Amino acid sequence: MEFIFYFGDVFTPVNFGLLLLGTIGGLILGATPGLSPTMAVALLIPFTFQLEAAQGLILLGAAYTSTVAGGAVSAILLKIPGAPANIATTLDGHTMAQKGEGAKALQLSFLSSAVGGIFGVLLLIFLTPVLAQWALAFGPSHLFWLAILGVTVIGSLDSSSVVKGLLSGCIGLWLATIGFDDIMGAQRFIFHPALGGGINIIAALIGLFAIPQVITMFAKGRRNDGAEVIRVQKHPISGAVRELMKNKRAMGIGTITGSIIGLIPGVGGQIAGLVAYDQSKKFSPDQHKFGTGHPEGLVAAESANNAMVGPSLVPLLTLSIPGSPTAAVLLGGLLIHGIFPGTDLFDNHPDVAWTFINSMLIGQVLMCLFGLYVAGMAAKVAQVPHSVMAAVVLGLAVFGSYSVQSSMGDVYVMAGLGVMMYFLERFGFSAAPLVLGLILGPIAESNFIQGSMIASATDGMAPYFFGGTLNIFLIVVVIASIIYSAWMELRARRYTSKEEIMA
Amino acid sequence: MKKLLAGAAIALAGLTTSAAADGHANYPERPIMMMVSYGAGGATDFQARIVTMTAGNEDALGMPIAILNKPGAGGRVGWNWLATQAEADGYTLGAYNIPHFIAQSIKGGVEYSADSFEPIANWGADPAVLVVGADSEFNTLQDVMDFASANPGKLTTSGAGLFVGHHIAALQMEKAGGFKMAYIPTKGGGAAAMKAVIAGEVLAGINNLSDAFRAREAGNVKILAVADLERNEFLPDVPTMKESGLDVDNSSVNFRGVMVPKGTPQGVIDKLAETVPAMFENTRVAGKMKAGGSPMNIMTRDEVLAMWAAREETLKELLAGL
Repeated sequence: MEFIFYFGDVFTPVNFGLLLLGTIGGLILGATPGLSPTMAVALLIPFTFQLEAAQGLILLGAAYTSTVAGGAVSAILLKIPGAPANIATTLDGHTMAQKGEGAKALQLSFLSSAVGGIFGVLLLIFLTPVLAQWALAFGPSHLFWLAILGVTVIGSLDSSSVVKGLLSGCIGLWLATIGFDDIMGAQRFIFHPALGGGINIIAALIGLFAIPQVITMFAKGRRNDGAEVIRVQKHPISGAVRELMKNKRAMGIGTITGSIIGLIPGVGGQIAGLVAYDQSKKFSPDQHKFGTGHPEGLVAAESANNAMVGPSLVPLLTLSIPGSPTAAVLLGGLLIHGIFPGTDLFDNHPDVAWTFINSMLIGQVLMCLFGLYVAGMAAKVAQVPHSVMAAVVLGLAVFGSYSVQSSMGDVYVMAGLGVMMYFLERFGFSAAPLVLGLILGPIAESNFIQGSMIASATDGMAPYFFGGTLNIFLIVVVIASIIYSAWMELRARRYTSKEEIMA
Repeated sequence: MKKLLAGAAIALAGLTTSAAADGHANYPERPIMMMVSYGAGGATDFQARIVTMTAGNEDALGMPIAILNKPGAGGRVGWNWLATQAEADGYTLGAYNIPHFIAQSIKGGVEYSADSFEPIANWGADPAVLVVGADSEFNTLQDVMDFASANPGKLTTSGAGLFVGHHIAALQMEKAGGFKMAYIPTKGGGAAAMKAVIAGEVLAGINNLSDAFRAREAGNVKILAVADLERNEFLPDVPTMKESGLDVDNSSVNFRGVMVPKGTPQGVIDKLAETVPAMFENTRVAGKMKAGGSPMNIMTRDEVLAMWAAREETLKELLAGL
């Protein structure tokens, strides 16, 4: 209960001002394609040189929280996921926006972000010591099985057929092998210097999601001049709250999945949204509605990606191990003030630790309020003609992919993948499984290599990968997931016409 | 139009000659960029931002230095860029990590070598240390050596990757002690390697002194030895490997500093070599570095040139058999 004593510190004028600044700035940065939460926090670090430790962390924590949520804005309105965390948001969020429900989608996404986010921070406050042990329990063999579990999701994710889903997953897995392999240093498929660093995930995301859309808009040409891409109907906030209440199941699944996955070092927020989306789809009676602008999918995805924020800091704050790139940047923010995370932080600097954590709690609420305000403004967005919209999205896509690591190579990758995806989409392939393959490939590969190296030095492959409660549990879940998908596929198998597949 | 272009060309030529003629006395005339070949928030990036924060002061360069991150492939992407694409005009600097880029250039597949760059000054030296979990049965380096000798290839030891300082230290330990370890490179850099030690996935680990120091403060690990010539001021109680009877020198120490691409005008190099070490000595910089647990070791251009040459020789010999 120690944290309550430090609530006052959040509301001193300077601290609260910084919290507001971080939240609003974070929303704007998050909504800008290419500026991932990690980048946003890293950009702010130099500003914290001049601040006190607690103040600096408030700014960074607020920015972290709200960039994750802000990414939903471009994901919903433009179909550009600002970060891997927002991939699942595009699936139902953008389709809702296309139906004119952009304001409702934004309201729902910020509300569920706040619910998930607050739950995550509460976990961080109350269960940190327990969670720290959990985070350590995942070794290379477990992470490998976890990645395989993710692979089993690929087939059923947002595709017209399982085979096509698996195929695009395979393309993603192949793309992930490009570049210098991180463990052995081998060069794979580097035909051009731009590929030396591998396919950057953010550049790939922007290309895969935004470019096919741009091409489609251009392809329509001037045929329907007055046509608008996003017409946003006004939607009352109370309606969004009621809608959220109707989706308790999705919210629960999203929040819990997000919290658990956020905890695991190295996997983190990248897949929290996608896994939660898939899980709530499996448990939902309205499965067929997912991907067609169904609020349930949006709620699951957004509550998951913000629920992961709190737990993702557990390994950093207790064990001094940054579990995600963003946590590594926050570590820098602590070190610059001579504070070492771990026991030192909670014993000797409780004012810093608890003020920081409390500010994240308040930050979630502020983020939600400002987010709802933004959603209201989106309703005033005038009708945008296709030609203008396409140009804006294309400009943002180039800007976003360049700014990830200031490299033209990433822009080429973005454009190349985007054009490829345009043609793939015409044949019923979908970007989401491809991206999932791209994310999971390196996790599965590096953990398998690492695990097999440890195994061959100790008791051998079989006991290492198949022994232990956690391994067996994960294997059972993997098998259950495969059986479930196969059963659903067989049950739903009908002689899909060629036209349906093409659609 | 042609006349205009010709005129512009002449004017441009005039500009360059006048710049060369005055020996770059006015350098720098605009802000400078420094490329860091690791991601924002990593140890190299973090330190680079601290040591350059006073660049804008009048007694330093008088112009700010902006950090540009070009991460990927263990630093290869950034250093390839600096060697082949960056302009050698003195406004593009780069951060180096020794032994990383020299070891990578010896292993091949990259477009740079130690000859592609001109060092300016060194700011930090982060030695590799041997760590074990807090509840490990190993208490001294001797315990670890005994285990490794009795169980060849069974001592699982995590490190940040292949051909980085940690790997070099492991190779040197094997060579000096005549035993075989199982070196496990991790993907997520030093942090992932440290997590493997704390979680008990591996028996031991080689990690950065700065990170290990923090982990020990948090009560998670024991630090058994430092792979350096002398004990470190952060860890006066931890012996060097040499003291414990393992002939390992400082070849694995992770030196960080500033360099420029080859072809940068000599006048600019001289100016930088003169001002940059003094900039690193600024008390504010030293204070922030110490607070962050980052050991400093300021070296001038001549010292760094000698260090690079010595490293290249040792690494060539060490990596020859791999």
